[in-house]
Amino acid sequence: MNDMTPTREAREARLEGMGCKRKRVEDVRFTQGRGTYVDDIKLPAMLYGDMVRSSYAHARIRKIDTSKAEKVPGVVAVITAETLKTVNLAWMPTLAGDVQMVLADGKVLFQNQEIAFVVATSLQAAADGVELVEADYEELPVIVDPFKAMAADAPVLREDLAGKTEGAHGKRDHHNHIFKWQVGDKSLTDEAFNRAEVKIDELLSYHRTHPSPLETCQCLASFDKIKGELTLWGTFQAPHVIRTVVSLISKLPEHKIHVIAPDVGGGFGNKVGAYAGYVCAVVASIVTGRPVKWVEDRMENLSTTSFARDYHMRTEIAATRDGKVTGLRVHILADHGAFDACADPSKWPAGFSNIITGSYDFPVAHLCVDGVYTNKAPGGVAYRCSFRVTEAAYAIERGMDILAQKLGMDPAELRLKNFIRREQFPYQSALGWEYDSGDYATALNKAMAAVDYAGLRAEQKTRREAFKRGETRSIMGIGVCFFTEIVGAGPSKNCDILGLAMFDSCEIRIHPTGSAIARVGTKSTGQGHETTWAQIIASEIGIAASDIMVEEGNTDTAPYGLGTYGSRSTPVAGAAIAMAARKIRAKAQMIAAWLLEVHEDDLTFDIDRFQVKGVPERFKTMTDIAWVAYHAPPPGMEPGLEAVSYYDPPNMTYPFGAYICVMDIDVDTGVAKTRRFYALDDCGTRINPMIIEGQVHGGLTEAFAISMGQEIRYDDMGNVMGASFMDFFLPTAVETPHWETGHTVTPSPHHPIGAKGVGESPNVGGVPAFSNAVNDAFSFLGSTHIQMPHDAWRLWKAAEKLGVTG
Amino acid sequence: MIPGAFEYLRPKTLSDAIAMLATHGDEARPLAGGHSLIPMMKQRLASPSHLVDLAAIADLAVLREEPDGLVIGAMVTQRALLGSALVQVKAPLLIEAAQQIADPQIRALGTLGGNVANGDPGNDMPAVMMCLDATYMVQGPKGARQIKAREFYRGAYDTALAAGEIVTAIQVPVVAGQGVAYEKLKRKVGDYAVAAAAVALTLRSGEVTSCAIGLTNVAPTPLWAKDAAALLVGTRLEADAVKKAVAAAEAITDPAADGRGPADYRRKMAGIMLARALARAQQRAA
Repeated sequence: MNDMTPTREAREARLEGMGCKRKRVEDVRFTQGRGTYVDDIKLPAMLYGDMVRSSYAHARIRKIDTSKAEKVPGVVAVITAETLKTVNLAWMPTLAGDVQMVLADGKVLFQNQEIAFVVATSLQAAADGVELVEADYEELPVIVDPFKAMAADAPVLREDLAGKTEGAHGKRDHHNHIFKWQVGDKSLTDEAFNRAEVKIDELLSYHRTHPSPLETCQCLASFDKIKGELTLWGTFQAPHVIRTVVSLISKLPEHKIHVIAPDVGGGFGNKVGAYAGYVCAVVASIVTGRPVKWVEDRMENLSTTSFARDYHMRTEIAATRDGKVTGLRVHILADHGAFDACADPSKWPAGFSNIITGSYDFPVAHLCVDGVYTNKAPGGVAYRCSFRVTEAAYAIERGMDILAQKLGMDPAELRLKNFIRREQFPYQSALGWEYDSGDYATALNKAMAAVDYAGLRAEQKTRREAFKRGETRSIMGIGVCFFTEIVGAGPSKNCDILGLAMFDSCEIRIHPTGSAIARVGTKSTGQGHETTWAQIIASEIGIAASDIMVEEGNTDTAPYGLGTYGSRSTPVAGAAIAMAARKIRAKAQMIAAWLLEVHEDDLTFDIDRFQVKGVPERFKTMTDIAWVAYHAPPPGMEPGLEAVSYYDPPNMTYPFGAYICVMDIDVDTGVAKTRRFYALDDCGTRINPMIIEGQVHGGLTEAFAISMGQEIRYDDMGNVMGASFMDFFLPTAVETPHWETGHTVTPSPHHPIGAKGVGESPNVGGVPAFSNAVNDAFSFLGSTHIQMPHDAWRLWKAAEKLGVTG
Repeated sequence: MIPGAFEYLRPKTLSDAIAMLATHGDEARPLAGGHSLIPMMKQRLASPSHLVDLAAIADLAVLREEPDGLVIGAMVTQRALLGSALVQVKAPLLIEAAQQIADPQIRALGTLGGNVANGDPGNDMPAVMMCLDATYMVQGPKGARQIKAREFYRGAYDTALAAGEIVTAIQVPVVAGQGVAYEKLKRKVGDYAVAAAAVALTLRSGEVTSCAIGLTNVAPTPLWAKDAAALLVGTRLEADAVKKAVAAAEAITDPAADGRGPADYRRKMAGIMLARALARAQQRAA
């Protein structure tokens, strides 16, 4: 070695591998306005599509008159269900096994439902055309309350299902019933409740909200009549699945469909499903022979493309007098809107809501979910969470607080007493999951120490006394949440989407000069995959992350993948990336051994090179090896250095975390102020701590929004209220609390790099932390549970009910 | 979210603007900052055939002190108002209110005239102008006239302006030693008020010698709470007096139920905002 030889530290720093706070490479273009989103793409002779939407939530359509619209200068075509019927596309299948109208066929079932698609040479002409399409309605009675959907005399919403007593998930009990899904041992659970010393029973509603990505859903369809090929650019979280779905429903062969997701401005679950706009744009392009772009506006996005939540969870916990839980029994009423268009793995109509036993060692549990139709927009997507996991986490975490209150126990102490212990992993839950790893008590104790939990409780006691004496109008709440997520869908033994196993994939090609391109089956919608995927490869094969290009979203070049949602990218694709990299490293090791004239076993891998054991000055770097692979490979070896891996995970991963929220509420106005929020996350191996922190900040901000006011509300007529950012609560930097973060590291034992996924944890854990803080603030006044969202007027109403307003 | 077609006109003089509005009648709308009108046009709730943009008319951008008070041109933006040392000293209540309007981007374009003239009960400046007893200078096809802010608002989006008339300037009296405050409860930055209260009062040896109150967004129009204010004159703002004034103010509210809360909540919040504004104004009064 001479003085020019870089030190190990310098080589490691240059690598920017796992654990490095590498700056996001995609931000170079995003911060300079140089991203390419769907709406940035313009093709010659492109047309614009715009939707005509229903004014009513439930009505029969007697007639749709498009004649005036067709006369607007610039309008090229007006497509209705009648047009779509000619290509058998008036209805489309949903991911949940239901069917859904593309354009209203005979009736409308929710306000703003798509009725007609106007295609024109300009946005203005299309909008002018939309105004002139006339629909003749006959109003029908409306159901917006899921609790009224299954009344004997409830109006029939889905006439197309008349006489169908079997749905995609078994027997339907009522004309507005979609499915009943049960898991767990009912009789053992009932027995536990019969014997219970203490029980709680509370209806915990998780209101309807919306993922609201800043870029709305949009697509650009271009059908080439000569080649018979369709190119579809779109805001897709799962582009390959979209390609297969388009092929299945359009009957175009899959190799003649090119689906491309360019830069995507946020997804949060909203961009998993297939929407009417996509189908209409494709059909319009086929009909007109010209490219057709469809872009949702904000109101359309909030009021029609998939909502989230709307779960109403009757939650019962049985326990001993000294606070040991003995049983969990939950019945969920799930409002799916007009069509069951939930984006869950196909056999999981209520997602993974059976994670509802949470972080606790419940000996028995039973969960029953009834899905119902209402006159609301379809959807039910996992808004920055794994499938229905945030609903489940809310129920169990509120439930544990309610139990603590009933027992007169501290909520943190109750959790510590009932945690699944470290030595119990892998842990079989009463509702059928195998938790991979965890160290819950360590995490909660660390979080409690970080905020001086005992000190906060002492302060709260003093403040409550002062409130009772009339010295302050402010009440203080401390919200504790300990969540366990289930992410990384998923093992083929558990999950599929329309029959497709939920694997993911990676292809890596090393170039002769030692740089690389990696193509992955996922699709970043802001997660920073271009940065983090390169870090995994850097650590695995010793090529600097800055020398690795990551590409996603083009179905012609990327290997087949199931996409990005449910925190599955790191658990599934992250594993595929590591496995593909290891194939390359294995071949590189053979080349190095040949070059150094030693046996492969005599080599060790060190950061960016293979070196002879005990003789570190004898080495070959990955750059040396790459050149040899293309220049003069060992005799008998194929040239080149590339690998593909498809990874079917053996199990889900189970990230967890301990969140503590401190809140002060002004009872005179109902205004709540978050004084402190501490989030400890354990996502196993940490790939990029800076990106993790950013993910946690973003998810907590959404959790804050959802719990404190974000809501899709309907009036009794089914009118959707406040579907704009004036009313839909998207907090700005001014309202958003300051976040403090911490972590522990409990690697996943079955994942190649031990990583579990983190993007959704803060949304899952944040909502119960906020709600528990609010409820904890009011608990000393005799309140057991206040429903979300906790916006100021509702908190004021709660205070008024408790007799403490001025 | 695409407006219908319209003709865009940009007169350089006030008389040209008045003439254009007269020519096109009901189909024309004056355009100031555009932050109320343009969103309505995008939703096609308004479809004027002609927009008469007032931005190029220099006379509408004046800001000066005259013997009767400050004269502020209708096209003075909220941002210009916030940057004015004169307004800061002579009419601090306008500064306090302007700071709470929307966000910096909107304040850069939104104008004082647009805020007071379109009759939106959610706008903050109308109640402030009623509180300060401001006068609106109006010009129309039949000439110039003045309308008191306290007599200007008739219903939601319904004002004392006649067809073809526009507000050209606002005259705000300057009162020495006045204590003022604007308390606004809102869900987030950029939102209209759940309820807001403007207070201007004077004290002599701790006793209220004059008091005026304006309320925002708790009725189809901004409110001048005349009776509530009268109850406070001669008091030292004792708890009991404030309670009576709050009750009187709440009694004249007629809030809509919307995402900001049900009517009873917003009525109560008007009272809470008033009590808080009174306390702050009291501290500030000389």
